[in-house]
Amino acid sequence: MYYLIVFLPLLASIIAGFGGRVIGDRGAQWATCGAVGLGALLSLYAFFDVAIQGNVTKLELFTWIDSGSFEVDWAIRIDQLTAVMLVVVNVVSALVHIYSVGYMSHDPHIPRFMSYLSLFTFAMLMLITADNFLQLFMGWEGVGLASYLLIGFWYEKPTANAAAIKAFLVNRVGDFGFALGIMAVFMVFGSVDFDTVFAASPEMQGKTFEFLSIDFDLMTIICVLLFIGAMGKSAQVPLHTWLPDAMEGPTPVSALIHAATMVTAGVFMVARCSPMFEFSSTALVIVTVVGAFTAFFAATIGLVQNDIKRVVAYSTCSQLGYMFFACGVGAYPAAIFHLFTHAFFKALLFLGSGSVIHALQDEQDLRKMGGLRKVMPWTYWTMWAGTLALAGIPLFAGFYSKDMILESAFARATGAGEFAYWMGLIGALMTAFYSCRLMFMTFHGEPRGPKEVMDHAHESPPVILIPLVILAIGAVGAGFVFSGYFVGDGHAAFWGTSILMLGEDNILEAAHHVPFWVKALPLVAAVSGIAIAALCYLWKTGIPGRVATFNRDAHQFLLNKWYFDELFDLLLVRSSKWLGYQLWKIGDRQIIDGFGPDGVSATVIRIARRAAALQTGFVYHYAFAMLLGVAIFTTWYFLTAWGG
Amino acid sequence: MTDWPLLSLVVFLPLAGVAFILVGGLTTKDEEIAARNARNGALWASAATFLVSLLIWASFDNSTAAFQFEERHEWLAPGIAYRLGVDGISMLFIVLTGLLTPICILASWETIKTRVPEYMIAFLVLETMMMGVFCALDFVLFYLFFEGGLIPMFLIIGIWGGPRRIYSTFKFFLYTLLGSVLLLLALAYMYVTVGTTDIPSLMEHQFAAEVQTWLWLALFASFAVKVPMWPVHTWLPDAHVEAPTAGSVVLAGVLLKMGGYGLLRFSIPMLPLASEYFIPLVFALSVVAVIYTSLVALMQEDMKKLIAYSSVAHMGFVTVGIFSFTTQGVEGGIVQMLSHGIVSAALFLCVGVVYDRMHSRMIADYGGLVNRMPKYAFVFAVFMLASVGLPGTSGFVGEFLVLVGVFQASTWVAALVSTGMILGAAYMLWLYRRVIFGKLEKENLKAILDLSPREVLIFAPLVVVALFMGIYPTPFLDVMHVSVENLLQQYQGALQAAEAASQAATQLAAK
Repeated sequence: MYYLIVFLPLLASIIAGFGGRVIGDRGAQWATCGAVGLGALLSLYAFFDVAIQGNVTKLELFTWIDSGSFEVDWAIRIDQLTAVMLVVVNVVSALVHIYSVGYMSHDPHIPRFMSYLSLFTFAMLMLITADNFLQLFMGWEGVGLASYLLIGFWYEKPTANAAAIKAFLVNRVGDFGFALGIMAVFMVFGSVDFDTVFAASPEMQGKTFEFLSIDFDLMTIICVLLFIGAMGKSAQVPLHTWLPDAMEGPTPVSALIHAATMVTAGVFMVARCSPMFEFSSTALVIVTVVGAFTAFFAATIGLVQNDIKRVVAYSTCSQLGYMFFACGVGAYPAAIFHLFTHAFFKALLFLGSGSVIHALQDEQDLRKMGGLRKVMPWTYWTMWAGTLALAGIPLFAGFYSKDMILESAFARATGAGEFAYWMGLIGALMTAFYSCRLMFMTFHGEPRGPKEVMDHAHESPPVILIPLVILAIGAVGAGFVFSGYFVGDGHAAFWGTSILMLGEDNILEAAHHVPFWVKALPLVAAVSGIAIAALCYLWKTGIPGRVATFNRDAHQFLLNKWYFDELFDLLLVRSSKWLGYQLWKIGDRQIIDGFGPDGVSATVIRIARRAAALQTGFVYHYAFAMLLGVAIFTTWYFLTAWGG
Repeated sequence: MTDWPLLSLVVFLPLAGVAFILVGGLTTKDEEIAARNARNGALWASAATFLVSLLIWASFDNSTAAFQFEERHEWLAPGIAYRLGVDGISMLFIVLTGLLTPICILASWETIKTRVPEYMIAFLVLETMMMGVFCALDFVLFYLFFEGGLIPMFLIIGIWGGPRRIYSTFKFFLYTLLGSVLLLLALAYMYVTVGTTDIPSLMEHQFAAEVQTWLWLALFASFAVKVPMWPVHTWLPDAHVEAPTAGSVVLAGVLLKMGGYGLLRFSIPMLPLASEYFIPLVFALSVVAVIYTSLVALMQEDMKKLIAYSSVAHMGFVTVGIFSFTTQGVEGGIVQMLSHGIVSAALFLCVGVVYDRMHSRMIADYGGLVNRMPKYAFVFAVFMLASVGLPGTSGFVGEFLVLVGVFQASTWVAALVSTGMILGAAYMLWLYRRVIFGKLEKENLKAILDLSPREVLIFAPLVVVALFMGIYPTPFLDVMHVSVENLLQQYQGALQAAEAASQAATQLAAK
């Protein structure tokens, strides 16, 4: 069964990719939707079998790399953590596949699109079922490739191409750390298999390791290197810049890859490596601080963005920050729980945005929307479910997971934990504000777009709406149905040995016993965020403009995303190009060639010219030279004969 | 079957094709017919050679580090014999050469229109020389093949090359000449002191430590030019740019590997103390090569130059891996050489495809090719990603093993070389974007044709090998395990012996 789950998408991708001409658009859609849909059903079964019944398995396929003591197998590891991810990946993927049938119906390259989507699904499955670091890395890069292909799907758009390359390269920077981390793991543990490494981790605590001539705490340096990889993939500051640009890709891609699944791979990795991170408090503090700062930072940018997809993208970035600091305070189950609920409501928000964009003939600017509530009731109501879940309103999914994260952070009772709590709290206020701002600007008020576009606005077809409705059910229900298993009393039995949590008192248990105000504040923040948004965008619509002009610099600062892109462009991109050019023209051309072959040949030619100049062809010149020679030889002879 | 002199066969079978072409050329006056005969003769001869090389692989014994398929005949003088043999380090290079030559001939099928018989003869002679390099177990014989291979290469670039071919052949010549002279000196010295040029005997001979240093530098000069290592790499971009497509393929695919092979066959086993002494030098040059040439590659405007510079960067991984003296590093280095042999060869073929159609190698002259050439875009993508080292392709296995090995030797070197992963992705993706993606706006590109069946036939085996080596590299790694282990043991043994000797000497001095 697990073979089917993992390899069906690959098969479908190959069929749709290479056989697209033969089976046509419909055929490609059926093949890929069928494969991934079946995978989703099997994953649901697997979820009950593994997570509820506890049947953990491992399937070995064949040897991948074997070089000396470096032995790596292709294997499929199915434990509780994998099972949860299977559901997230396959269910969202299946819904996005179906949605794409409607959303991409006018595109001339349907089989290619479906093939890429399935390829992505396969790579993501390789990632979550990996049994060793190298296969994880393989899936990691595989999803990166699929993401590159899908962001750049509309290859005629220069911005899409640029965004695709940016995504790949920024991820490569993270992978640079990740790869070094894997090398360190192998060097220290002599293996890259999860079981071997995790079993040996406790003994490694407190040892030191020399990296780049500095002695680091062993577990800390390994975990930090791995975490750099996670930062790249999960868009944490400062490696976040690719995610907003990735919105150049088609909207279903944003929903699947850049919201629900791929970007959460970093969180998954940290949770998977919990048996290592738990032995380095320093690394956990770093994870907490980076996550908390990103949660806050991305939310500030989300406040002012005008592109509907970018608002949701920054919100994703921010929510990933929550997941990371949950990991950082040791509440891995809460992180995965948020990952789980987030997958539903964020995919829903993206697909809903897609439905709006589709209706408005590819318009993405919030300032040119408005008043769509009546025209698109299904989209409107389902998106509200997602928005309230994101804002963290009771009974909606996000409430359970986000509150759990904030309470855990507080319960950790460390400096970093408190920092994370307050950052998260401010973030929650802003999240509620910008997500409702998005709703009000899109669906309420007067239509602000060109008349002919607004008049043609229409509700999307069922093939788009059905995935929305299913996701909306998830966004409402995933919280209270599963919170007992994921983070409630049953969590120890539910997660089994797949996640390790150290510490005398269980952090999730402690989170239930925080003071009342700690529990209440997130809700207060969410409600006030919604209220402010309603005030600014429903009743007193002049306020935002006045605030923006009043705080002009701050507004520009946020609108330009804290100038990270400009900074990196200057520091990395331009300087690399400049350096490359100088090395080429000066290093290679002038110095190496100048003193090397060209210089040598020029010298040879110069000497040859001089020699050639001697050969004048006049007899008296030669006669004179001979005479001179005779004179010199004679002189020399006499000098040596009598002088000595 | 094993009684057959398989190695002599694989070395000299291409010459049978040469004989066929010569005879065919003499019997007909019609140039068309002569050209067709030459093409067919060359293809059949090289295909047969490839089959023989596969046969060698099939009957190769993975469990021993000894030389196999040995042949030995007395030759020039006492101590200089005609001796052939392969072990786990050299054998796969024979298969690589066998695979690439017929592909080169197919790639030249339509593009070479003048002096076809001469061209095909040059290629077959070149194949003989390349095979000989990897089979030779006598230093003189090795030297003959090693230097002899340059002659057909000069001719291929100098006669069938581009407009600046004279400049580049001459640059190529100057660099290699420098190396050859020193290699010959080292060879002469070894013969005089040891009395034989038999490679296994030389491996067992222990040269004095000071002598090793000088010999090592002499050999290194020659091999470093071939690899090529920074700063003696500048001949490569020019040679590639001017060479015809197949010339670039064989240059990148096989000739560059002779440098790395030389280091493994001569420098390390014969001169272990010097090899250890010079590790920092090799590391420094390789790190510079990876970063420097990657940055230079980023700014290239000519596709072939870009790929040439990327070759230098990739070969930097090879040298750094070999000199990490770890199992993973050395095996990774060999895999990286094989992988680079496939991938860079294929990338040059990719450039050749569009060059044949548009007669330009400038990146700026292209754009939006995916609109007209989806098959080409796919093939190019596969090799672009293999070059970037995406897991699941051959490039990853080599690169990652090298890095794992190097990390154990020095974290600094590993970290610096790893930046090549980022830069490599940068220049390849940027190249791909500018050539393949975007709108098809240039008028002259609007009628460009996708891959022909012949071209598909050329690329298909390379795609399969690149992916197979990435997903299941075990058959390749199994071949080299024992030989690499043996090499490393000899190396460690020599170092320990020297250590013990110097300790004994100091103790003696103390007394």
